[in-house]
Amino acid sequence: MHIEVRNLNKSFGDFHAVQDVSFEIEKGHLIGLLGPSGGGKTSILRMLAGLETPTSGDIIFHGKRVNDLPPQERGIGFVFQNYALFKHMTVYENIAFGLKVKKQSKEQIRERVSTLVELTGLKGFEHRYVHQLSGGQRQRVAFARALAPEPQLLLLDEPFAAIDAKIRTELRTWLKEMIERVGITSIFVTHDQEEAIEVADEIMIIGKGRLEQKGTPWEIYKNPQTPFVASFIGESTIVEDIKVLKGFDAALSYPGTKALIRPEYIEIGKPGEIRLQSATVKATVKALHFRGSEWMVELLVDNVKLITYRSLEKEVLQPGEQVSVLVHRAYLFNDNDSWIMENSLKVDPMPIHI
Amino acid sequence: MTIRRTWIGLTYIVFTLLLIIPLIEIFTGSWADGWSGFIEGLTRKQSLHALQMTASIVVVVTVINTVFGVMLALYLVRAEWIGARMKRLLNSIVDLPFAVSPVIGGLMIVLLLGPNTVIGAFFEDSGFKVVYALPGMILASLFVTFPLMVREVLPVLQEIGAQQEEAASTLGAYSWYTFWKVTWPSIRWGVIYGVVLTVARTLGEFGAVLVVSGNIMNKTQTATTLVYQDVENFNVVEANGVALVLAVFSVGLLLLMEWAKKRKEVH
Repeated sequence: MHIEVRNLNKSFGDFHAVQDVSFEIEKGHLIGLLGPSGGGKTSILRMLAGLETPTSGDIIFHGKRVNDLPPQERGIGFVFQNYALFKHMTVYENIAFGLKVKKQSKEQIRERVSTLVELTGLKGFEHRYVHQLSGGQRQRVAFARALAPEPQLLLLDEPFAAIDAKIRTELRTWLKEMIERVGITSIFVTHDQEEAIEVADEIMIIGKGRLEQKGTPWEIYKNPQTPFVASFIGESTIVEDIKVLKGFDAALSYPGTKALIRPEYIEIGKPGEIRLQSATVKATVKALHFRGSEWMVELLVDNVKLITYRSLEKEVLQPGEQVSVLVHRAYLFNDNDSWIMENSLKVDPMPIHI
Repeated sequence: MTIRRTWIGLTYIVFTLLLIIPLIEIFTGSWADGWSGFIEGLTRKQSLHALQMTASIVVVVTVINTVFGVMLALYLVRAEWIGARMKRLLNSIVDLPFAVSPVIGGLMIVLLLGPNTVIGAFFEDSGFKVVYALPGMILASLFVTFPLMVREVLPVLQEIGAQQEEAASTLGAYSWYTFWKVTWPSIRWGVIYGVVLTVARTLGEFGAVLVVSGNIMNKTQTATTLVYQDVENFNVVEANGVALVLAVFSVGLLLLMEWAKKRKEVH
């Protein structure tokens, strides 16, 4: 289903939960609504489902305005955060609910439910009650139940929040595969960027009720359009005083400009390890933290703290040690503008032409 | 140790004095003239009438209280068109009958709907007697029992939350279907418990009904007010007989209540 949202607003009393949100979603896409808790993501999802009424704005499915349609008429499937399974019903009855409402024949219902049970790997659990299932199984039931009436749009509210970390990754892949196989347009809400990046075709970043940016995970990572997006996606440290960074002098002409530096923008080395010595600054290793597959290094450049990672293969650093730091690029922003800048000194001062 | 034993012993003594001895007393009292005396006391015209009166009040009050109690609980928890402040107000009004003495409750009905009031006169003129008749007694019992159902169902609704109902709506089910298939199975043991409480309270209601009914023999007399009158007239055997019938019902309800409570906890 093709979805369009225009100038959507929602207020709860004085609280403006969703502000002027507009977007379009292509048929068959899997979209992640990503943002911090309380940012209005769930409100957007609930308005799409018809569980909440927008204060103003239009919701358009397939070119038709659906604002005045109740949830029953919208042709959507909704997976709730805590699944909201009918606990007095068995797995079979849960999945069959939407079909019974539609007054389908017993034969049709049995067929559809068994297809879904097969698809979601719940075979053999049809006659269990909800309290006899594990978290992952409950999620599968919720998914199958939402899909049973063949909705045009699937909405998932924090679908992995209630599952423990180990199974979560497994379920993510499973859900992405399932949605691709069914080919249904889907929107899911999450506050976990890793989850959004891994699962979604496209991400919409929502902060304080506004749509900050929409794009593929790679686009958003590479080219964040607002400081909020830049700081929300990936890891980063903000450098207030960019004078300490070498190679970004051009930015000094814009007063009030700050820099956002990601760990992967930084290269460190013992004296002599980095080829472009002229572009480096001196730094002290403040602390080292072992992170399983690499070292996280805290650096001090003139009292400005930076964070980067260092491979376990390289020589181990010691706290207090002097190192050279090369900042490859920085995400710069001030009140009016934001842009990405490469280190201007990185160009080899003495290029060798062969 | 000894202190604890003393307390436990004391509890048993109080329990025996307040509950067991009176029950035995009622039982032996009603058999003082043998089986025939007991039957005679119960088959008097006024006894049969009073028991029948009580039965009809119980049935009507329970039905009305169940329907409206569940409805009000649903509205107080789920309705979005009632403002938060209004809900708080309604919520505290529900408890009013707990705070007000039943006699006062009955008196309010008399003052509002008695034959000397505007509304009462209006009803009387159209041939519908409220006070000193069955409708008034039903109203009085409704007033007294009203919080029971709401207070049983409301917390259950709050606990299960609205999500299952919302899920049903996204699956295409409208409110009536959703109520019976999704909400009802979750609240039914609460409702049954509420019904038991309502029946028990209505069976035993005395003050409010006494004021509203005027206690007219063979007309507006209920089982409890008949016991009262029999005691006043020193018809001890008859009083005990009717009281025994009420006590037997109460014990039965108590057992039903225990059973319902257990089921309520399971779900």
